[in-house]
Amino acid sequence: MFEETEPEWLNEEVKTGTTILAIEFNGGVVLGSDSRVSAGASVVNRVMNKLSPLHDKIYCALSGSAADAQTIAEIVNYQLDVHSIEIGEDPQVRSAASLVKNISYKYKEELSAHLIVAGWDRRAGGQVFATLNGLLTRQPFAVGGSGSSYVYGFVDAEYRKDMCKEECQKFVINTLSLAMNRDGSSGGVAYIVTIDEQSTEEKVVLGNDLPKFFDQ
Amino acid sequence: MEKRCADTQVKGVSTGTTILAATFDGGVVIGSDSRASMGGEYVSSKTINKVIQVHDQIFCCMAGSLADAQAVIKAAKFHLSFHCVQMETPPLVIAAASILKDLCYKNKDELQAGFITAGWDRKKGPQVYVVSLGGMLISQPVTIGGSGSTYIYGYTDAKYKPNMSRDECLQFATNALSLAMGRDNVSGGVAHLVVITEAGVEHVVIPGNKLPKFHDE
Repeated sequence: MFEETEPEWLNEEVKTGTTILAIEFNGGVVLGSDSRVSAGASVVNRVMNKLSPLHDKIYCALSGSAADAQTIAEIVNYQLDVHSIEIGEDPQVRSAASLVKNISYKYKEELSAHLIVAGWDRRAGGQVFATLNGLLTRQPFAVGGSGSSYVYGFVDAEYRKDMCKEECQKFVINTLSLAMNRDGSSGGVAYIVTIDEQSTEEKVVLGNDLPKFFDQ
Repeated sequence: MEKRCADTQVKGVSTGTTILAATFDGGVVIGSDSRASMGGEYVSSKTINKVIQVHDQIFCCMAGSLADAQAVIKAAKFHLSFHCVQMETPPLVIAAASILKDLCYKNKDELQAGFITAGWDRKKGPQVYVVSLGGMLISQPVTIGGSGSTYIYGYTDAKYKPNMSRDECLQFATNALSLAMGRDNVSGGVAHLVVITEAGVEHVVIPGNKLPKFHDE
């Protein structure tokens, strides 16, 4: 028995198996994600940034199949560019979310990716949209990916209306840290993007700088 | 992602549940929801009690297949009382947990049941043991189980502190059960909690409408 079987991960679909979340505050949004991309039991990328820009002030968070999610984001990025030239101003977050929803719904049998779209626009301020399975719904905050199951209780308990920007950032980092500790498909570093009227700020929190909880 | 709950593959009545136990300074709180479901669509009982007393100060919570869990607990109670007569002293919590573990391990191919055992004994004070599906036995300060537990891992990690007071621990357990019941469709009903200390045992039952509410309720 000296045959060499090729590694299993070559035949496994690459998933982002992930934790993503976005939360709205008065004047903007904060998006967060982990950085692990897995193919079966292998981690094929431990530093992937799953927060993808769709426009200057609109980002989306990717989860599910890595290829499907990246492709949707690229297509919508292109469509939004065309749309914003047509209307002559920055696009609304709802428009970006609609474009994502259109693709997710039309190809729902073929695709398996869930994108959370969040951003700031002049008309409605900070907004977060969930587009799971082709629905479109605006929510104060949204979580997604395999790691999100473990933190539903935590976000339900900790979310309060009218948090300020810093509290939202802390909420996102705490949630990501808890999920990354429990979900085998989430891990690495935490990426945070804060979007408000003035700026779009990207930040990385390295693994050892993440908050520690009980039994760590 | 594979869900932890084996009870979705179990035919017949399964407990699809949320159970937990946590130690505090001087005692332990053990609790569960009260829903028994069939296949995730039909609630066969709204008020089943999943916290079973196996001895004066030792309680067990069951998860997984209801039939298997009840059968194992019945056998364990018998073995435990026999052991108690032989030793002529109240049993240790680890004895109760070991008996459950033995039954689960030796019959691992036929059974689909997991347990949390919690209690107080004179040797080690308050303890919590968890016996998982295949028959592993470990001791932990706090543990959660059942299908609903997936949703409160983050909450438990963030909010549990060792050596809390009795009231803080009770509040923690109530919140955790309430959050899990809010997200898991096969957990629900009332929250059964039991507080075990050196002094004795206290039952707390919180009906669904008196459970703590969170932001979107």
